[in-house]
Amino acid sequence: MPERIVVPFGPQHPVLPEPIHLDLVLEDETVVEAIPSIGYIHRGLERLIEKREFTEYVYVAERICGICSFMHALCYSQGIEEIMKIEVPDRARYLRTIWSECSRLHSHLLWLGLFADGMGFENLFMRSWQLRESVLDVLEDTTGGRVIQGTCKIGGVRRDIGAEKLAEMHRALDPFEEQCRNLGDVFLNDETVKYRLQDLGVISKDEAYALGAAGPTARGSGVAIDHRETGYAAYGDLGFKPVVETAGDCYARCAVRVKEVYASIDLIRRAISEMPEGPLDVKVKGAPDGEYFSRVEQPRGEVVHYLRGNGTKHLARARIRTSTLANIPPLVKMLPGAQLADVPVVVLSIDPCISCTER
Amino acid sequence: MTVNEEQTTIGVALEDLMREVEGLQTGGYRLVQIGCTDIGGAYEVNYSFDKGYQFRNLRLTVGPETEVPSISGIYWGAFVYENEMHDLFGIPVAGINIDFKGTFIKTAEKYPFSVTRRGGDRCRNA
Repeated sequence: MPERIVVPFGPQHPVLPEPIHLDLVLEDETVVEAIPSIGYIHRGLERLIEKREFTEYVYVAERICGICSFMHALCYSQGIEEIMKIEVPDRARYLRTIWSECSRLHSHLLWLGLFADGMGFENLFMRSWQLRESVLDVLEDTTGGRVIQGTCKIGGVRRDIGAEKLAEMHRALDPFEEQCRNLGDVFLNDETVKYRLQDLGVISKDEAYALGAAGPTARGSGVAIDHRETGYAAYGDLGFKPVVETAGDCYARCAVRVKEVYASIDLIRRAISEMPEGPLDVKVKGAPDGEYFSRVEQPRGEVVHYLRGNGTKHLARARIRTSTLANIPPLVKMLPGAQLADVPVVVLSIDPCISCTER
Repeated sequence: MTVNEEQTTIGVALEDLMREVEGLQTGGYRLVQIGCTDIGGAYEVNYSFDKGYQFRNLRLTVGPETEVPSISGIYWGAFVYENEMHDLFGIPVAGINIDFKGTFIKTAEKYPFSVTRRGGDRCRNA
């Protein structure tokens, strides 16, 4: 029987932009066990709710993550709106959907680039990030911020997108989609990419569900869970079906994200076409008194904001469960059997966001 | 097609927790999260589950010294939430499948930094 050794992976590693640590127990080059540790950059943002008024906390929620920042603000705002029975105007719901899908686009393109880099495909990395820049340009044009948008607020949105800009965005979508499909073609059909990713880090449908996997990690294993199906924001009007793959390996998780890029482009196109006229927000009166588990589908999966108001301007509790935290147990189950050289690719395949996890 | 989301919260006694959780697991529910709320002198622990966007929440209320049984034998992935619950709130959890004994959330402050009870923490895992 080969001798077992423990190899530390992270918290500093070339493929990890943020710190997470794994103790990898190896037999020769094969992983037999992985034990995760987090907490290197824990920020205590949940406790900050005691110091900030509920209207101000939108800004804090947005800063939980630099990639899905808009969706954290959206999840928090929707939770407060549910507690306070605030009806958000239609135009605000559509604008929220457009900015959410722009966030998903730039998150997935960022991940595709990092994933390509992780497998040593540098040109693909650069091409992915080049396309991501055009999404960030749209976010900057329409909100003023590339990463932190600051447009979502309780009761609606702060900024509008004018008809001229919407038409310009609509015109740009066809050539952008063509470029994304060319990029996706490499991820889905290139033989070296397939050879690197197929049958690697496999997790079955039953395991993914039982372990509470979220987002593309669950959908790559055939679990058709996508919170956009509940119709929040404008998803109910636009109609939506989750992208699902069944193989449960790194390739399947990659394929889900590639196809979700196409789905996001389609959702933005339809949201622009069906954009209603009307106000951007409603006035918020009073303070939240009650509780709600607000859920939104972020690029990495379902995020939960548990919000509890006590009738004052300061909430009694905000508890945030991010998708990466939910995807750590599936990651621990994916790694045994993988070669040490494949560990970076398997870890990246869940799209770990430690900033979110260390809220 | 839009699916209507429903949320229900039911209180559960400590002695009934495992039976209720087993019932949900048998019924095909997935574990969404476990979270704590400090309600002044006691903690509310929310065990959240979902099946087809139907959200069920078991609410357990415990004192600061009460030991809570781990549900990681039923839901393997519960260890992340239970270690977090111990590290951030000082709630002792018995029988976690991967027990970090207070080092899951590594902080400069001695864990559990949210607990300021006189006499310090008496967690079993300490």
